[in-house]
Amino acid sequence: MDVTLNVKRYNPDAAKPASYNQEYRIDLEDGSSLLDGLIKVREEMDGTLALRCSCRSAICGSCAMRVNGRAVLACNTKMKDVMPKDGSPVKVEPAGNMGVVKDLIVNFDVFWGKIKAVKPWLQPEGPVPQGEYLAPNEAMLHLAGVMGCIMCGACVSDCTVLEVDKNFLGPAALAKAYRFVGDPRDAHEKDRLKDLTKYGGMWDCTRCMQCVQVCPKGVDPMGRIMKMRDKALAAGYNNTYGARHALAFTDLVRHGGHLDELRLPIKTFGIFNVKEMLKLAPIGMRSQMVGKVPPLFPKPIPGIQNVRRIFEKVEAKR
Amino acid sequence: MFDHDVLVIGAGLAGMRAALAASQAGVNVAVVTKVFPVRSHSNAAQGGINAALTDRGDKWEDHAYDTVKGSDYLGDQDAIEIMCKEAGSEIINMEHMGTIFNRDAEGKLGVRAFGGQRQARTFFVADFTGQALLYVLHEQVMKSGVRVYEEWFVLSLIVEGGECCGAVVMEMKTGEVHTIRAKAVIMATGGIGRVFEPSTNALICTGDGMALAYRAGAPLMDMEMIQYHPTTLKSNGALMSEAARGEGAYLINKDGDRFMKRYAPNMMELASRDVVSRSEQTEINEGRGVNGCVLLDCRHLGEKLIKEKLGQIRQLGIDFANADMIKEPVPVRPGMHYVMGGIRTNYDGLTSIPGLYAAGETACVSVHGGNRLGANSLLDTLVFGKRSGQHAAAGVKSKQHAAGVTDAYSEAEKKKIQAILDRPADGGELFGKVRQELGETMNKYLAVFRDQQGMETAQRKVKELRMRYEKVIVHDKGRTFNTNLIFTLELGFMFDCAETVIVGALERKESRGAHTRTDMPKRDDANWLKHVVQFRTPEGPRIEDQPVKITQWQPQVRSY
Repeated sequence: MDVTLNVKRYNPDAAKPASYNQEYRIDLEDGSSLLDGLIKVREEMDGTLALRCSCRSAICGSCAMRVNGRAVLACNTKMKDVMPKDGSPVKVEPAGNMGVVKDLIVNFDVFWGKIKAVKPWLQPEGPVPQGEYLAPNEAMLHLAGVMGCIMCGACVSDCTVLEVDKNFLGPAALAKAYRFVGDPRDAHEKDRLKDLTKYGGMWDCTRCMQCVQVCPKGVDPMGRIMKMRDKALAAGYNNTYGARHALAFTDLVRHGGHLDELRLPIKTFGIFNVKEMLKLAPIGMRSQMVGKVPPLFPKPIPGIQNVRRIFEKVEAKR
Repeated sequence: MFDHDVLVIGAGLAGMRAALAASQAGVNVAVVTKVFPVRSHSNAAQGGINAALTDRGDKWEDHAYDTVKGSDYLGDQDAIEIMCKEAGSEIINMEHMGTIFNRDAEGKLGVRAFGGQRQARTFFVADFTGQALLYVLHEQVMKSGVRVYEEWFVLSLIVEGGECCGAVVMEMKTGEVHTIRAKAVIMATGGIGRVFEPSTNALICTGDGMALAYRAGAPLMDMEMIQYHPTTLKSNGALMSEAARGEGAYLINKDGDRFMKRYAPNMMELASRDVVSRSEQTEINEGRGVNGCVLLDCRHLGEKLIKEKLGQIRQLGIDFANADMIKEPVPVRPGMHYVMGGIRTNYDGLTSIPGLYAAGETACVSVHGGNRLGANSLLDTLVFGKRSGQHAAAGVKSKQHAAGVTDAYSEAEKKKIQAILDRPADGGELFGKVRQELGETMNKYLAVFRDQQGMETAQRKVKELRMRYEKVIVHDKGRTFNTNLIFTLELGFMFDCAETVIVGALERKESRGAHTRTDMPKRDDANWLKHVVQFRTPEGPRIEDQPVKITQWQPQVRSY
């Protein structure tokens, strides 16, 4: 099959480095992957095209990049699945949020730094047993789901929080953190949770689901982050803005059947938190002008008992 | 110039295990790796890692015997004994450091059956055991503070006064060439898979370490012993773990017949790999295959087991063979997978050059002999990685850096690189086609079945290709991530490996283990119960023999 690739390129060694797009027309066998196409370009047409790749089996995590605007592993992406129907070129770009070094190679320094920041090693306490630590198979299988992470950076590439807040640990590092938080052999679950409730940690995820959708290994980083939020609340780490926001949200909906946007920030930040209250004042005023401020004493919605019953059922299940 | 006591080259299981062992011994350790550690090819090991745990009634002697028999009696039995004795403590150590491992009903480590062994003693994490172990070692290396030079590419080893005392290395991100001085160097660079096309191996498996050591004067041993794995996908050579058969999958031919009953009536699909691959190839050659493949049938294992224990390879089947193993058999065929040979070492990892060690697939201790058992490779990396690290650390404590090592070494490498970049562009070709033809030649003539004529043809072709290689051009003249240049240099390493594979295979005039000659189909213990050792000379490899070490198992007829 005939394929045209439109590759976003960048050569830092050029006299005036700037990114540009280059098209390559190649002939590929039907079942070929995106990676097969890129390798063909680099080995037979243009040796200057730079990308990372190695295993071709979605296990080494080298070849994350964006195709048609979405992060994928090039090796397990079939070319014919990403060829636009209108015959336009397949758009290939480097992974996002990390900074380009050259062509499709991005800078992983910050990525590894964040992984390291979650202290990603087992911290058992007490006497070391003669044999193995005993652990239930279900617990291990559950962790295997997170262990499946191959650190490809697809989730980081498309994380919408990282786009605006470089301080966020990001989905990969938080999933790695969960791997230890959830390990029955680790003795530092509480310390870990406490650390992860800080700015940049678990409460900074906006639950946009991008990481879940682009993860090539089904690791479900966002799901793990939500699990850690539950564990952090259960462990009593409920005095951060993120935790208070979540708790206030729940309380308000349980109480009135809808979200009271007036009380939500007040409950989150505290009415006497002058700094945060002042920050919110302009938004409050603008909302007032367009009639968006909810009533001071809102009535519960009709049928509020049903809402509360839902809460009871959900909480009983936990 | 950088200084370290111990320099480890490669950050797979062997390399990181060696680095940890040396670091724990209190010396200054650094690791150089051409990819981020977790990208190392150890991550592709699927099925598991063998150990005879005495607390469950298994004996290391039984594991050792299975290994000796699996090696077709070419493995050195003293080294095999060490590996099997130390296996249990290595596995427990990995568990203590955080490896999750599948468990049994009591919460202890669970086992699965694997090929060529009479007892289930393969410990595993679903079907990504290598990844699970690799990540744990990576975690420990991060914790240890060992310096890791990530995405640095080794150009040559430095040998002064007959001792290895460092390496010349290119930082890929900047293109800068550095000299790293070290009192001991440990090679842990993995295999030579890409010398064959197709191969289950990753694109980074280009035999760098073997070629570097060989060029530095260390001999390579048993290079003719190339393992073809019985279950690889036709489209891209991807591996379908032996774990599938360990869990009970069948191999069937086009008539739906479990053909292994005719070749290995006792062990059936779980005979050792060389035996199963030969049987499959025979079925295919005699017209009972399906489009050049046989079929791996997992349907009777059930959806739950497949999803829980074989999830990754199920996905590989769907992605690369359009077959969901829950519903249909997956076409597979023998594919190049592993090299039993490598840099000759003793059981402390020491090569023939003082100060130079090797461990893992790049080394030949030899514990695998003519055929490696499934799940013994991970064990090999850990046991001999650890031993190399410990031994190297002990050796450097009272040693000074070699005074003669200066930046002159890196200057010399820079000149060589410049000469490649300066080659006239007109009429030259890129490395890609040359590499492809090299791989296809090796896969055609040095596969499951070999003969004199084919191997001689291969030798001639590889010589021609090498001449073409001397003229390949590099499009990229830049410094940053000049992957074009790196691949071209790697191809040079691959030619050294290919040449020694062929010479070794031509030398061994018998059939043993993975080396099966249709023109000499019998094993010949009277003349060939010995290793083939190759030293580099300007005229080509010089061959020496080395006797096989036999401790308690005399060679017998091998049947499964």
